Amino acid sequence: MLQEKKSRTGAVVGLIFAAVMLLLVIVLENTLDLPSGHVLYSVLKKGAVYSLVAVSMNLLNGFTGLFSLGQAGFMLLGAYTYAILTVPSDARDAVYYLFGGSAINFSLQEVFGALFGNSGAGGAVSLVLGVLLAMILGGLVAAFFAWLIGLPVLRLRSDYLAIATLGFAEIIRAVFQWQALGPITNGANMIIRFPNFSNFNITNADGEVVLYLSSFVPLFIATVCIILIVMLINSSYGRAFKAIREDEIAAEAMGINLAKHKMLSFCISAFFAGVGGALFAMFAGNAQAMVYTSNMTYEILLIVVIGGIGSVSGSVIATFLYVACSEWWLRFLDSTQAFSSPTEPTRIFFIVLFAVAVVGGALMLIRRRRRKGEPFWKEVIVWVIAAVLMAWWVWFIVTGALTIPFARTGFRMVVFSIIIMIVVLFFRRGIMGDKELTDVMARLAKRRAVRKAGKEAEQ
Amino acid sequence: MDYAISVLLSGVSVGGQYALIAIGYTMVYGILRLINFAHGDVFMAAGLMMIYLSASMPLYVALPAAIILTVVLGFAIERVAYKPLRSAPRMSVMISAIGVSYLLQNTATYVTGGQPMNYPTIPGLSSVVEIGGARVTWVTVITPFLVIVLVVALTQLINQTKVGMAMRAVAKDFETSQLMGIKINTVISIAFIIGSLLAAVGSMLYFTNYPYVTPTAGAMPGLKAFVAAVFGGIGSIPGAVIGAFIIGICENIIKALPFDGATNFVDAFTFVLLIVILVAKPTGLFGEKATDKV
Repeated sequence: MLQEKKSRTGAVVGLIFAAVMLLLVIVLENTLDLPSGHVLYSVLKKGAVYSLVAVSMNLLNGFTGLFSLGQAGFMLLGAYTYAILTVPSDARDAVYYLFGGSAINFSLQEVFGALFGNSGAGGAVSLVLGVLLAMILGGLVAAFFAWLIGLPVLRLRSDYLAIATLGFAEIIRAVFQWQALGPITNGANMIIRFPNFSNFNITNADGEVVLYLSSFVPLFIATVCIILIVMLINSSYGRAFKAIREDEIAAEAMGINLAKHKMLSFCISAFFAGVGGALFAMFAGNAQAMVYTSNMTYEILLIVVIGGIGSVSGSVIATFLYVACSEWWLRFLDSTQAFSSPTEPTRIFFIVLFAVAVVGGALMLIRRRRRKGEPFWKEVIVWVIAAVLMAWWVWFIVTGALTIPFARTGFRMVVFSIIIMIVVLFFRRGIMGDKELTDVMARLAKRRAVRKAGKEAEQ
Repeated sequence: MDYAISVLLSGVSVGGQYALIAIGYTMVYGILRLINFAHGDVFMAAGLMMIYLSASMPLYVALPAAIILTVVLGFAIERVAYKPLRSAPRMSVMISAIGVSYLLQNTATYVTGGQPMNYPTIPGLSSVVEIGGARVTWVTVITPFLVIVLVVALTQLINQTKVGMAMRAVAKDFETSQLMGIKINTVISIAFIIGSLLAAVGSMLYFTNYPYVTPTAGAMPGLKAFVAAVFGGIGSIPGAVIGAFIIGICENIIKALPFDGATNFVDAFTFVLLIVILVAKPTGLFGEKATDKV
């Protein structure tokens, strides 16, 4: 009873938090005076897309304990289904010019347009309905293929399952690049000109944007999907998934149908990965099979690991951190002339961040060693590396240097992958472990209450 | 006829190159139960090292130097990225392997500036020879023989020496062999060293037939070699070699098939084969039947 009440408060807090964030995004998008192509917007959009895919992967890897690496393949299925069904029919000849037009000569928003009208409010309704239906169909296609592939491969053990799903994603990629399917998939070329996020900006009769919604839409869709996944995790199905993760044999003995629940988790994860793929196609403005490589799956897997395997809020936080770092905050590492003046804000930000990262990382590693009682020379290594880095830091501040050594194209990703390796090796539980944000907040509140009660008792 | 011979010959040659990579996978998997996702990237790194070394020193120095550096790289990866996770769940080690692969690819992109690098011509290997009317390079002819020599040497090592016996023991039962006084860290390091050595040799043969090395050049051969190892029965070295030859030959036959878009399916074929094998006979051709203990 108590347990139930607590989780309900957590859910309410989570919902309110999500709603406030979404409102904030609308307000900021319409009031901030940034150019429309600013990197903040692309971080928000890509973060929304990736967080949905990361949570869907976490449902499978973290909550059901099935180590699958097929996410990019399911995203591809979703992206192509969405793109094929929504390219407007008058653009089809241009998009499929190599194949003399498309085999499918309608788009879903036009089908709805026949019902609701193609302009004004009717046009908006048919656009929204068409896009939504295409997205859901994308998810369903992905889930159907997941069911097909799941029949044979879900019986396999952990690492064989990983490699089989990885192989499946590669097969899908090859099939979609096949020229013989050109009239449908456009062969190795990309499909373009389908509605993307900026089509959701509300314009007035002159074509001027009245209300920007292009960042809100992906965030909203991703939030709804993630809420659905969380509801699933908290249901009896979710408890069965967790039981399978903890111990398959014990779960089976408790009467859980292993095959059925594994298949369910696999298909639902694929469904949301498919929806995420459709969102990714909208984000990128094109659907192209060569993008959905195994590297994309690895990227999402690393996000899940950084956030904490088995934590939904961890995955979401890690996604936005990951996307923001790789697209935005670490950008300056890619240019040889990183800063333009010694007092530039980004340079000061870098100085602070560098010190915090080095000192904080070193302290954490040293504490870890002392707690585990590992040999002393490990601590010495940490001391030496930290001292060298901080010596460079002092030199960097004093001389007012404007360049970072080694920085040129590609350095950002090297630094980034080193950070990931440090997380994987030393902070294996990730940001959140298997806790949720609401758990952490609840614990903090409890601790505060205890402290307050203690003070009152003293008086 | 000439065409058929040249297709077969290049199939055997590619198969031999896959075999050299596959041995690294199968040995590591046999001992650690780990799919070493970074192995394909070690193979790529060996190619890049060869390019940079041969630019600054004569070939007879660069060749062994590249091999030694690759071995050091493989050894270091095991010590830094896998050893601390020995008691962790298997999934963590696999994630660490994926992280290493990501790091190696990004470092390669940084070092090369993202440009495809020209592989140096090794005299003797790239010259053309005529066999049965088909014109092929020497490397195509040499590869299968070199592979057979190396594999025979390796099986001798594993079956006749003390280190080999330790390896077999560790592969059989990790904990018990530890109790019997086998230094498992040494054994695992040796497996990584042999694997990297063969990958370095394989990369020399492989990249001689390809004009460029790119940062992602190792990923696909790596995955295919792993499939070969699974096909032959993971843990079994002769199995991996035979699996690799079969995959290499099939791949070249598919590439030569006269239907539109056949080259698209070269990579896909390997994975179809993988799924078929995993479903029909998960232990592979020569794998030992393992029973899951409760």
